[in-house]
Amino acid sequence: MGATHLPATEFDGTGVDDQLEAEAEAVLGAPDAPMVQLLGPDGAMGEDPVFSEYANRLDAEKLRGFYADMAAIRRFDQEATALQRQGQLALWVPLTGQEAAQIGSGRASQPQDYIFPTYREHGVALTRNVDLAELLRQFRGVSNGGWNPKDTNFHLYTLVLAAQTPHAVGYAMGIQRDQKLAAANATPGQPQEPKAAVMVYFGDGASSEGDVHESMVFASSYNAPVVFFCQNNHWAISVPSTVQTRVPLADRAKGYGFPGIRVDGNDVIAVHAVTEWALERAREGKSPVLIEAFTYRVGAHTTADDPTKYRGSEEEAQWRAKDPLERLEKYLRAEGLADDAFFAKVKADGDELAAYVRKTTHDLETPDIRTAFANTYAEAHPLVAEELAWFEEYSAGFADESETADVKAAEANTDGAANR
Amino acid sequence: MTTMTIAKAINEGLRATLNNNPRTLLMGEDIGPLGGVYRVTDGLIGEFGADRVVDTPLAESGIIGTAIGLALSGYLPVCEIQFDGFVFPGFNQITTQLAKMHSRSNGNLTVPVVIRIPYGGGIGSIEHHSESPEALFAHTAGLRIITPSNPHDAYWMIQQAVDCQDPVIVFEPKRRYWLKGEVDTESPGPSGDPFKAHVLREGTDATVVAYGPLVPVALAAAGAAAEDGRSVEVIDLRSISPIDFDTVTDSVKKTGRLIVAHEAPTFGGIGGEIAARVSERAFLSLEAPVIRVGGFHMPYPVAKVEEDYLPDIDRILEALDRALAY
Ligand SMILES: Cc1ncc(C[n+]2csc(CCOP(=O)(O)OP(=O)(O)O)c2C)c(N)n1
Repeated sequence: MGATHLPATEFDGTGVDDQLEAEAEAVLGAPDAPMVQLLGPDGAMGEDPVFSEYANRLDAEKLRGFYADMAAIRRFDQEATALQRQGQLALWVPLTGQEAAQIGSGRASQPQDYIFPTYREHGVALTRNVDLAELLRQFRGVSNGGWNPKDTNFHLYTLVLAAQTPHAVGYAMGIQRDQKLAAANATPGQPQEPKAAVMVYFGDGASSEGDVHESMVFASSYNAPVVFFCQNNHWAISVPSTVQTRVPLADRAKGYGFPGIRVDGNDVIAVHAVTEWALERAREGKSPVLIEAFTYRVGAHTTADDPTKYRGSEEEAQWRAKDPLERLEKYLRAEGLADDAFFAKVKADGDELAAYVRKTTHDLETPDIRTAFANTYAEAHPLVAEELAWFEEYSAGFADESETADVKAAEANTDGAANR
Repeated sequence: MTTMTIAKAINEGLRATLNNNPRTLLMGEDIGPLGGVYRVTDGLIGEFGADRVVDTPLAESGIIGTAIGLALSGYLPVCEIQFDGFVFPGFNQITTQLAKMHSRSNGNLTVPVVIRIPYGGGIGSIEHHSESPEALFAHTAGLRIITPSNPHDAYWMIQQAVDCQDPVIVFEPKRRYWLKGEVDTESPGPSGDPFKAHVLREGTDATVVAYGPLVPVALAAAGAAAEDGRSVEVIDLRSISPIDFDTVTDSVKKTGRLIVAHEAPTFGGIGGEIAARVSERAFLSLEAPVIRVGGFHMPYPVAKVEEDYLPDIDRILEALDRALAY
């Protein structure tokens, strides 16, 4: 999707799907709402009747924080990519290009909110204070998770696409019940727990899975406090978003009965504003919301992918010109909110983070398969016990062999010593 | 005879079937310009166009469900599922619809859908990219399941699957995609029946039955056993549903001992089915219980410990020792 939802000069002629957009409009009329954008690629701040108010809540420190976060996660991404190239990770899923979508939305969440990511949400993880090195465990092949979601309300990554979306709705239904119970049991005068919502991330590709459709039906049926955050980065591996949808994804929400908003996903301020609005709405029990962050995966899908097989470099270049970090930097400098010293510090912090990640990755311990036996069930299970016993005996057989070998080697050495 | 990898052999097999039958079409995620994540469909969209090599939306239930509809309207869809662990959003369509359409229509309808699934571990991958779910499908009547272990079979079996009137799932051993071997593109030779097992190595002391990714492991184990003076017969099962029990029992009648090896967990797996059948059919020939070598009853573990999980030569030899100790 593109042109008509955006300031014409900026996205027109990206060629990605202008024609499709025109076709869709011919059938459906103009889209419900234009794309929300506050900070343009030139670093100039625009106006929005609803969301400028949210942007105005942001002070200089917050804005600098957004920049620092985006720079940190980009640096982390580069380091992880390098680690994969050096054989330290089995695979890496880069996020470059999507920093604003992730930092803007993640920073709009409150600690009591619960987040369900897919697998590319490293920036969201950062905003939830997940130790970034823990994200690498899964990609190093030492864990299928790597962090305790209870610590940060940031759920484990999900690799089966869209499978987490109904979980998010169910979690939100749980929160809804908790809130009802809390209200019923509230003692007047006592402070109440802050209200919470759930946010679930998925991609434009995943939006085609039945699970997304079903979870939206449930969310709507029960008015669950959930925000669906779709990062439309235009490509599901090699398949363009036009194969997944003929209408702006955000417009689909209407069919389920709740609002959908398309936001410029490379504009961290707009993403933050829209997400804050949506989460507030969800926490208040007004309705679920679908946010479509219109963004771009600048790099490869994963380190196993070769984008030159399916897309042109001009397209990438066009999107690089919309870089989320550059535009915020322009704004911060123009407004006198950050100086050279700030940007130098951000860079130094990034290098420090990279060094930390590099070191911790090397140190990540390979687990023992016994932990897999132990964690298959929560309670004792006779088959697992039997197989573990077999495994112990089998491994001990090898230990014996190597012991015998050791003994033999030791004997040979002593023999040698005696002979000398 | 030409030499090629398994991946290339499937590619050539698909090309042949697209050429031979105008009603064949391929469907799947990323199978077009990218050529699939394993490049098995490389180049085909250029040759046959987007109507016959269909890059689908990202939706397995949709892929399989629409393939069923296409088959009902006379087409021969070959679906690619990207990885073993991602077939499950389509599981409902496969098990409740695809498998049962023929029987519930009293034989009036056929749904000759082929589903290709790269499966198995040993490639150091992350979660859901290394599973062996074949038993879940084998348990469902109405599906046929085959798995090639070498390029020649790969080339022919995919075409035979398309020719079959029943739904066929082709489990492709992904860690063997780059295994090279000779392919006779003129004739399938003894591979004429994809549901028949092949004796790959003759022996007299024990039989090892394997399929897909474990066939080279079983052959290597037999080689190692031979150095210890043991003569091991190796059978490549090739078809998981139906299973060619005649070939297996004939071998057991000769050797008296049977080991079944697969990557999937042993509990509730194909090995158990073979053990039970062989004890029914050849009980008096057995000199030892049938021994299963397989994965543990756990989710496929993380890559760094998959070596502890996957049956290897040593695990087969250990089972052989046990069988011979009776
Ligand atoms: C159910 C399922 N099918 C297929 C895959 C393989 N796969 C992994 S990522 C991907 C593309 C996802 O695209 P999108 O949802 O747009 O998210 P993005 O990766 O672009 O962030 C595919 C097909 C999968 N992980 N899960």
